[in-house]
Amino acid sequence: MQMIAERLFIPGPNPRLIGGRDRSTGRIVFPLPADEERFEAIELPAQGTIWSWSVQRFRPKSPPYIGPEAFEPFAIAYVQLGDQVIVETRLSGFSFDALKVGLPCRLVTEALGDRLSFAFAPLGEQP
Amino acid sequence: MTDVLIIGAGIHPFGRTDGVSGMQQGVFAVRQALADAGIAWPDIEIAFGGSSAAGNADTMVSELGLTGVPFINVANGCATGGSALFGAYSAILAGQADLALAVGFDKHPRGSFDPKPAEWGLPDWVGETGLMLTTQFFALKIRRYMEQYGISQKTLGLVAEKAYQNGALAPHSWRKSPVDLETILGSQMVNDPLTKYMFCSPAEGGVALVLASTRKARELGATPIFLKTATMRTRPPGSFEVFSPSLDIERGPSPTVLAARAAFEAAGLGPADIDVAQLQDTESGAEIMHMAENGFCADGEQERWIAEGRTKLDGSLPVNTDGGCLACGEPIGASGLRQVHENVVQLRGTAGARQVSGARIAYSHVYGAPGVSAVTILQR
Repeated sequence: MQMIAERLFIPGPNPRLIGGRDRSTGRIVFPLPADEERFEAIELPAQGTIWSWSVQRFRPKSPPYIGPEAFEPFAIAYVQLGDQVIVETRLSGFSFDALKVGLPCRLVTEALGDRLSFAFAPLGEQP
Repeated sequence: MTDVLIIGAGIHPFGRTDGVSGMQQGVFAVRQALADAGIAWPDIEIAFGGSSAAGNADTMVSELGLTGVPFINVANGCATGGSALFGAYSAILAGQADLALAVGFDKHPRGSFDPKPAEWGLPDWVGETGLMLTTQFFALKIRRYMEQYGISQKTLGLVAEKAYQNGALAPHSWRKSPVDLETILGSQMVNDPLTKYMFCSPAEGGVALVLASTRKARELGATPIFLKTATMRTRPPGSFEVFSPSLDIERGPSPTVLAARAAFEAAGLGPADIDVAQLQDTESGAEIMHMAENGFCADGEQERWIAEGRTKLDGSLPVNTDGGCLACGEPIGASGLRQVHENVVQLRGTAGARQVSGARIAYSHVYGAPGVSAVTILQR
């Protein structure tokens, strides 16, 4: 399956997001900026905690959205990855009623339309 | 150095006006502002204006008159109106002109805004995965804030209830009917914790303001409304902005905090001096957070302030007296100037049923993508 973007994450059973570390300040950003002189690619932690969350209740417009035509609400979050960075992401496998700030979660890959994307899932869930 | 005064204000009603272009709504507002100031279009020495989705402001000279006036287009996202005002203000301060115009207008299609990732410096996957929505940002920001500072869902609802109450009293508003708290809280969830009635909708409208130097205002015998300051700031490190795929762990202030501080300093005033405030309320949580970011209360105090009705028309700090974006809708290029227009009306004492009694100093704050804020302080 084609990935949603190049150099966004490393797929496989133990996926990792690819961030960028500013070589001069050490600041970490996601996704990896194109400026390779300034930013070196790093693998971000595979686990984190929910920093804030919401549920997308209406279908985003297409284009650009590539999700299925038949819309199901999906959860989104900012997830804090250790002491490195906070990333925006879709959530997968969480019950909406159970969502709260501070919940632990881990990176997974998931199909979106005909492409492979990423999400964060509850810590205990197996791929 | 001269003072800068606002001597004319015009507004085309906000909402939906089928068959009238955004530009025409801008022209309508300009004509009204000129008439209000008691001047004619050829008197304007410099103009600044813009829209986000309704065309180049300077083309309105073909309707207003080919006077050769320098007319500078402003394209500054949600701060377009604020930046146009900043331009006109600066031109008068610099002695470039004695009469200047600021105009903002817009007309957006129905439904949520549809920003293109590339225009905001982001890769396509952000939009493809369904993360390129302004509504999500506001939901994620207020969720975090509620968690940190103990703001309740009910308080979100009370902000919206006040907006529709005030909007029902404003001739230029879109939403003309009050909506009760229960309906607001029980309406369709859009992005948790925000329901349909807690969000503003993209809309249409136009606003124009005529600014003058002290000398010119005196000559025209205008009611003096002083534009004490107009500031605009972009985002500092560590701020939490719309369209951010990642945030820094080390949190920093917002562009609003910077713009507010600069404005109070320039005006020699503090938050306690303000009698009436218009604060960016893209959704009800934004108004709550912006109360603190602008310095009017500490983080978390909003829960009590709003329960006590302090931001209502008869409260100690009335906020969004014309119903704000919630009741007027959001024509991006016009919103910031609508706030200033409302403050002019309040300071002149001509706001009718929504008049804040004794208002002498008024504050306005606009915020937008990708992290810009503009503030003005007016005094009569």
